[in-house]
Amino acid sequence: MAFSDIVSMLWGGTGETLWMVLASTAIGYLGGLPLGVLLTITDTDGISAHPVLYKILDLIVNITRSIPFLILLILIQPFTKLVVGKSYGTTATIVPLTVAAIPFIARMVESSLKEVDKGVIEAARSMGSGKMAVILKVLIPEARISLLVGVTIALGTILGYSAMSGVVGGGGLGDIAIRYGYYRYETEIMIITVVVLVILMQLFQWAGNLLAKKLDRRRG
Amino acid sequence: MAIIEVEHLYKTYQSKTGEVQALQDINLSIEEGEIFGVIGLSGAGKSTFVRCLNLLERPNSGKVLIDGRDLLELSERELSLERRHIGMIFQHFHLLMQRSVLRNVCYPMEIRKVEKKEARQKALEYLRTVGLEDKARAYPVQLSGGQKQRVAIARALACEPRIILCDEATSALDPQTTRTILALLKEINQLYGITIVIITHEMRVVEEICTRVAVLDQGRLAEMGTVKEVFENPKTPAARRLLFTKDDDWGEADKEEVEHGIF
Repeated sequence: MAFSDIVSMLWGGTGETLWMVLASTAIGYLGGLPLGVLLTITDTDGISAHPVLYKILDLIVNITRSIPFLILLILIQPFTKLVVGKSYGTTATIVPLTVAAIPFIARMVESSLKEVDKGVIEAARSMGSGKMAVILKVLIPEARISLLVGVTIALGTILGYSAMSGVVGGGGLGDIAIRYGYYRYETEIMIITVVVLVILMQLFQWAGNLLAKKLDRRRG
Repeated sequence: MAIIEVEHLYKTYQSKTGEVQALQDINLSIEEGEIFGVIGLSGAGKSTFVRCLNLLERPNSGKVLIDGRDLLELSERELSLERRHIGMIFQHFHLLMQRSVLRNVCYPMEIRKVEKKEARQKALEYLRTVGLEDKARAYPVQLSGGQKQRVAIARALACEPRIILCDEATSALDPQTTRTILALLKEINQLYGITIVIITHEMRVVEEICTRVAVLDQGRLAEMGTVKEVFENPKTPAARRLLFTKDDDWGEADKEEVEHGIF
């Protein structure tokens, strides 16, 4: 394979991977953020304590998080087909990635929001804040640095999952690494692909940290 | 007319070792424009008591009347509206760390849906009242303890309150800062006629600014009267114990005064 072919293949693979990772993280947060908020406020010391609801949500999150991603990928193939019309390829992989991301993101959001000082929440309540105001003006803004670090971790984890989906023809860099590197013994291509994945991970981490530092007002 | 009336207030907690009686049959009324002190040793139920005044904690039974309205009978929505005019300041300030000083003071107006520009203008006024207008753009982390409490007071003023509740508001501050904060509270009381309820374990705080004082002891109201009455002639063992407990928080200079027999 000519060098220029490899480059264009990797370029395409990187684009596919980015599309999968960014889209499923974004959709993951659409579901995971509200779920994480719900987990926070319904827990025993939350602002809308509801032990039964908390237990149910907690169980659902735990169950979905326990299923290994590769199994989940195959398990929900009928659902994936229903949503995007086919069960392989880049866009189809976004479905299982999102399903895996939501409970994972919800947990991270929950842990970030629970770090917010209870006293600050009490102060907000003492000033007559409704529950929505506490969530939107206190919990989320006060936890924003921790939430942002969570986004970085989510991107990294989903990047890893997306590479795994190569096994079932999921597209992207993982697909290339498996097809060329593993099945055809073209070790160089596998190594290069892995290097590209490492660079992507570093970029996510670097951008996340930079933004977190810039936005944090707790440093003098 | 009494602005705050508390009738037969009971509060019990469930703990691992059984029931804890935090408050038992508290009855008192606080007049409009007063600076009312509630003093007691730690564990006496002071913090629980002040949290019952705006229902941050719900009593098990009894009445909490603000302007004659029983808070316990309000819906959650009505209670929120009522709270918007009761300011509260805390021992550890509880400012929003990711917001600037100005936006912290804007917060109560924000939830009342005051127009943004107007809110900013008023917030600056309140900051001027507490002597911190030059810190409007700073963040809480850049302020000293005394400055943070001033911001908290400005934030309480932004509630346009008729009542300000202070929960150990000076306990995390050094003696000198405590004095300036107390002076500021007194000024606010006189300037705006705001009723102030002060919860403290430091009798000097009560002595310095309160008109009347209630002594809490193990969840019960042990004694109540003008500061002069209670301090000069404590009738109960609880009050006596409190009065003759050495106050270490007030530093060296004050110990001398104690030795020279102020009491």
